[in-house]
Amino acid sequence: MAIDWVSFTPWTALAGGVLIGLAAALFILLNGRIAGISGIVGGLLKPQRGDSLWRVLFVAGMLLAPLIWLMLAQLPAIRIDASYPLLVVAGLIVGISTRYGAGCTSGHGVCGISRLSPRSIVATLAFMGTGFLTVFIVRHALAL
Amino acid sequence: MKTHFITAFLAGLIFGVGLLVSGMANPDKVLSFLDLAGAWDPSLALVMLGAIAVGLIAFSLIKGRSQSWLGEPLRLPGKTKLDRRLILGSLGFGVGWGLAGFCPGPALVALGAGEAKAAVFVAAMLAGMGLFELIESRRQAGS
Repeated sequence: MAIDWVSFTPWTALAGGVLIGLAAALFILLNGRIAGISGIVGGLLKPQRGDSLWRVLFVAGMLLAPLIWLMLAQLPAIRIDASYPLLVVAGLIVGISTRYGAGCTSGHGVCGISRLSPRSIVATLAFMGTGFLTVFIVRHALAL
Repeated sequence: MKTHFITAFLAGLIFGVGLLVSGMANPDKVLSFLDLAGAWDPSLALVMLGAIAVGLIAFSLIKGRSQSWLGEPLRLPGKTKLDRRLILGSLGFGVGWGLAGFCPGPALVALGAGEAKAAVFVAAMLAGMGLFELIESRRQAGS
């Protein structure tokens, strides 16, 4: 393992993390809900009366974040190397498996670990593990 | 409009800004974190650390309460069992995450930034989630 010190951005990473934590904190303290993105989005696909507007508004906030950012500053770089077919495959896998696993990086990784949920700790270890493994296989074992 | 609708929007907005600041909205950076055997960028570990540090405080403040500060019912996951669905689902999610470097939140933010590739990922993700609902409703109808 060699740390890429040039790319390492400890301060913005911490600051961004604190903001993410703050959003999750607001959401549980004020709305009484877990800020889990896959659950919030997934719930829109099985709409129940009176349960959709807050989901739409949360997602709208996320979608509008870059636009509001743009009013004040230039957007940070977003580089997506994956090809279109790979994005389709990855998106399908992420969509179906986050619903089976009842959460993703936000619901399990941030909120679940914050409330010391054993299920979320196990889930986070599991997706981190296969995340590391997948990148290792794609980049090094297959050298794609 | 009820206050909790405004706070839902604000929470989503702050979440999105956090993802942009942290670098998580950039799949290239996420993949550099997941690439332990390459030139490893540990930044995302600090994103998690910062988020969890704040989260720990919030969830300890809410402990023992049945309502939020706005009087909304507190909805915490009730499941405690480590079942097959949780583990297989999470293992699968990591594979999808590692393939493109996108998880659900960052994909939405990148879509908001106008990235066509993020739009394709989000469309496929919604299709996957829809497939889940379809399979679940069939399973329930059959049992």
